[in-house]
Amino acid sequence: MNRGLPIPSALEQKRYRPTGSARRSERVVVALLMACALGTIALSVLIVLMLLRESWSFFSSPNVSLTQFLFGTRWTALEVRDLEKVEFGIWPLLSGTLRVTGIAMLIAWPMGLITAIYLSEFASNRVRKILKPSLEILAGIPTVVFGYFAVLLISPGLQWISPSFDTFNATSAGIAVGILCLPLVCSLAEDALSAVPTSLREAVYSLGGTRMNTALNVVLPSALSGVISAMLLAFSRALGETMVVALAAGTLATFTLDPRQQSQTMTGFIVEMLKSDLEYGTVQYYSLFGVALALFVITFVMTLLGQLIRRRYREVYQ
Amino acid sequence: MAFSGGFVPFSARSRYFPILGVLCFFTLVGCGGQPAADTKKGTGAADKAPVPALRGNIQVDGSSTVRPIGEAVAKRYAEVQSQVQVDVGGRGTGNGFKRLIAKEIDFSQASRPVTPNEAKQLAEAKVEFLEVPVAYDGLTIVVHSTNDWVKELTVDQLKKIYAEDATAQNWSDIDPSWPKEPMKLFAPGTGSGTYDYFCEVIGGKLRTGISLNEDDNALVTGVSGNQYSIGFFGVAYFEENRSKLRAVPIVNPKTGVAVLPEREAIEKNDYSPFSRPLFVYVNRQSLDRAEVRSFLKYYIESAPELVQNVGYVKLPSDVWAKVNEIVANPQANLGSRFLDANGEKKEGSFLELFLAPTDEPAKSDAPASNTTVQEGQ
Repeated sequence: MNRGLPIPSALEQKRYRPTGSARRSERVVVALLMACALGTIALSVLIVLMLLRESWSFFSSPNVSLTQFLFGTRWTALEVRDLEKVEFGIWPLLSGTLRVTGIAMLIAWPMGLITAIYLSEFASNRVRKILKPSLEILAGIPTVVFGYFAVLLISPGLQWISPSFDTFNATSAGIAVGILCLPLVCSLAEDALSAVPTSLREAVYSLGGTRMNTALNVVLPSALSGVISAMLLAFSRALGETMVVALAAGTLATFTLDPRQQSQTMTGFIVEMLKSDLEYGTVQYYSLFGVALALFVITFVMTLLGQLIRRRYREVYQ
Repeated sequence: MAFSGGFVPFSARSRYFPILGVLCFFTLVGCGGQPAADTKKGTGAADKAPVPALRGNIQVDGSSTVRPIGEAVAKRYAEVQSQVQVDVGGRGTGNGFKRLIAKEIDFSQASRPVTPNEAKQLAEAKVEFLEVPVAYDGLTIVVHSTNDWVKELTVDQLKKIYAEDATAQNWSDIDPSWPKEPMKLFAPGTGSGTYDYFCEVIGGKLRTGISLNEDDNALVTGVSGNQYSIGFFGVAYFEENRSKLRAVPIVNPKTGVAVLPEREAIEKNDYSPFSRPLFVYVNRQSLDRAEVRSFLKYYIESAPELVQNVGYVKLPSDVWAKVNEIVANPQANLGSRFLDANGEKKEGSFLELFLAPTDEPAKSDAPASNTTVQEGQ
């Protein structure tokens, strides 16, 4: 077949190994790749160090006690101007974040998972060709648009159902964040489901199982680790979501379980603090790094948990 | 097969591409040309003399209450000097002064006079400034449009609602005949001059549990979204949202009559104690730039008309004469008229302090009735 082409001299002499220059250039490329990888790690380390250093200025202040920060139920950094009277208790902000995230996950988890199962197990090729790009469009909408969507559409809708909802409330922000996280859950879960080998599905069919049997009893359990890590990733995404909550969740930090009330979240507080006239260097200003550190710890734990679950429930086929 | 099927229309499209491009070009030229011609006509009507074309970038920031005025002036100024870009921000009075101290901006708009502390920092940063009142505002207390129980409010009632030591939770705590529903309180953020002014009127700080927001439009959304809410901001934001909000008449402590923030009441100071002047503070050093001088001149010329367009009230003629005098002779009118020689706050009303003759003899020479503004040196 290749008779017409000349054979490279190296092959003719049966020297089946790379040349010196190829090896050198490969070493350079590997070093570059390694530098990139190390650079990523270095950046993360730098960010954590910055967070620790700046939040140290907050925690080391005589006006701040760690017990108050961890267990206090009042957060008045933006409302009270006298430093002596400011209370730094993280729970109003934390509960705000958890309320919004909880509501978001109530929407994103089931809807995302159901959509993923439908797309991977039931949808015909034509339907999938339409549905998947539409979901990706949803993922491409800027979060600020979701924020205004929540304020201008979801909130009035909720108030129409029950006038007891505040204009800015945890539910409307939560719903918007949920819609925002939906494509994330859906596409990651669908990847996990599609990765289950076809032979498993064929085995169920050969035993007389329906498609529903296959999807719920075989494919979903097999892909569980991937599905759960998709859910946890969406959870972390919702925790860190900023623009939607800054616009729709309100600016009042409330310690309550009531989803109809305003609920400033941790990220929402950071935004408001940056907008306020408190100067860099004041304890109130540094409190935003304390909040950021707490947020970082939470998302870090979630990521660790995701890793653990993935390892524990991972099932390898073939 | 699928590949070639997709390829044919693409090549066909690429053949038409130049034609499309030419069409687009003409459309763009058509669109661009029309307003340009309009602008020229507009300028010609406004100024008889040809205006020298200036270039540059002017930074305006500060009070979100004064922002609509700055924006209206900047928009119209763009028709006269299209090469000068004017950026108008609204980060709050406190943040505006901070940026003026940092020499980041040329104009700092303010909904309260400069504080002794800010004046000290300006002096330390060697920033000389001009203090120019531009309009009267009625700080408007607003409730939801369907709120039918609040007929009027006194300053004492406002204290019971907003002050630091207030304990009222429900509307019925203020007046037993009002509904037993929790009040939803809204207020501008602590960086806002409106917040400071309100604090001054009720004589103390504000309580916790208020939704503070630096964005007045967010306050409008907040108050208009709940029947039991109450909030306050500059009258322009109320005028713009009359259909969604209701202004509460405030009882004038001197006369005992409840007054709405309407033009005449604000101008005559019947809408007391919430009638207040709005200011523009100008960095004197910035006036060395021709485009800043020209913009300030234009601001003062167009302010009496434009402030009314956006919902505020123009200043009385004696104040305006003084404003013209200040702008005409900036060097002799540096500093604030509300602070004494030691940098302490002076006692007295806005009119008393602003119109009080200053010690400098140079000022009495300036004609009081002069309505045109000379370009400052």
